[in-house]
Amino acid sequence: MRLQEEGARRGGWDSATPATRLSLTASVAGFVKKTFAIAELEVRKLRHDFTELITRAAQPALWFVLFGEVMTRARAIPTGGVAYRDFLAPGILAQSVLFVAIFYGIGIIWERDLGITNKFLVSPTPRGALVLGKALSAGVRSLSQALIVYTLALLLGVKLNWRPLALLGVLAVVVVGAALFSTFSLIIACLVKTRERFMGIGQVLTMPLFFASNAIYPLDLMPGWLRAISAVNPLTYEVDALRSLMIGDWQSSFGVGVDFAVLIVATVVLITVGARLYPRVVV
Amino acid sequence: MNVLETTALTRRFGKLTAVDALTVAVGPGEAFGLLGPNGAGKTTAIKMLTTLLPPTSGKAFIAGLDVNRHAPAVRRLIGYVPQMVSVDGSLTGYENLLIFAKLYDIPARERGPRLSEALKMVGLTEAADKLVRQYSGGMIRRLEIAQSTLHRPRLLFLDEPTVGLDPLARQAVWNHIERLRADYGTTILLTTHDMEEADQLCDRIAIMHLGKVVVADTPARLKASVGKPGATLGEVFIHYAGDSLESGSSYRETSRGRRTARRLG
Repeated sequence: MRLQEEGARRGGWDSATPATRLSLTASVAGFVKKTFAIAELEVRKLRHDFTELITRAAQPALWFVLFGEVMTRARAIPTGGVAYRDFLAPGILAQSVLFVAIFYGIGIIWERDLGITNKFLVSPTPRGALVLGKALSAGVRSLSQALIVYTLALLLGVKLNWRPLALLGVLAVVVVGAALFSTFSLIIACLVKTRERFMGIGQVLTMPLFFASNAIYPLDLMPGWLRAISAVNPLTYEVDALRSLMIGDWQSSFGVGVDFAVLIVATVVLITVGARLYPRVVV
Repeated sequence: MNVLETTALTRRFGKLTAVDALTVAVGPGEAFGLLGPNGAGKTTAIKMLTTLLPPTSGKAFIAGLDVNRHAPAVRRLIGYVPQMVSVDGSLTGYENLLIFAKLYDIPARERGPRLSEALKMVGLTEAADKLVRQYSGGMIRRLEIAQSTLHRPRLLFLDEPTVGLDPLARQAVWNHIERLRADYGTTILLTTHDMEEADQLCDRIAIMHLGKVVVADTPARLKASVGKPGATLGEVFIHYAGDSLESGSSYRETSRGRRTARRLG
């Protein structure tokens, strides 16, 4: 005990030694700064390589053109007076964001297999800032999905809501949704630690998340048990928010405010868990 | 004051004691080598000293700060070059340094000069704007050293710094390590399997075996200690850790090590 106190005092002579206890404002400012530095890193990577963004367009296009057009003609799914392709557009956006975000953990494992994760963890970056920065960068990346889906929707004649506030709302939902599911993916990566196991689990999780949601059919159509599952599935709230923001006259099931609140609370919880698990990925 | 001091630092994984009561002291400006066969506990020791892994028991102090209790402060005092590649291939050399300058709170107005100086020191000024993916193994290692020393750490950890490098690239890395010591008085703790490297760089060497330090001394005294005139450091190593041919690393470690060598080579 005495040794430590003495040591801490002696450490003070070096200018590189910071005060052990920073003030609250300083640590919050530091946290924000580090978070942006991590997000900047990921965005810079994207600037060097655009191909990833282009390949991401394929899946939403297939869903729109193949699934969407057939189901629109079939009129098999009651969507309350809205054309099925209009109903589907927000679902496809949410789905394409989910499918990209859910495999985010692969990158985490890749960085761990190299020494990159070690290097970040040895730096004086708060663990929460590392995880949040990565989540934000996944959010920024997923904005391209919104662009792709809007372009496709425009080509197919979906009636979209172009009010600026609604558009901003869509971007916000997409960023939060991507942050949420990419952090979920990070948590799985920290638990399974190998690429093979991760791929297996990723595949197993994606489909239930997708089908137990209102992405391609309304909640009213679901049997009771499935509705119960979809009520705890964050994707449902993401789709609900997107649908009321993207389509002019769609009545939200929960209210956009509730949707946002659920998404943000879920993201904060996951980031807190992620920040605790992330350092263990290198052990 | 010692820059690094440990007292009976121990880490167990289940029944295996990876590091067994490690007690070492490294003074300011010293270059200390941690040698030992695969699985001797070197990497586990480094992980504990760099705040990545909490010890099961025992203590470690860096510049007088308890590593376990003051991890955030300790992180500002140390630099770490992991064995595996630790720079990002899809960024340029400059960007790799820039992000770390931000993570280490180097003020914006100092960043420019600090980064140019770092690039110049490791001879990467010309290649600064190339993607690291296009770098050679030697360039990657030099960039990693620059990245880990941007914040002028008191203590630099180098985990097998020249594994997989050709003799020329290896010599260049050695030169940079010597420069760091001469210019900034950086204290160095390095692990290596390269006896020539240990002999050339280290003031003192500890040989670890099955989690314990078997012997620690200057290279000259170690060579004299084995009772054979003109003994090499390699012979010293075999003398102290020689019965471990079968105890070494696992399949996973081996494939990792080879992968590093391939990536850098």
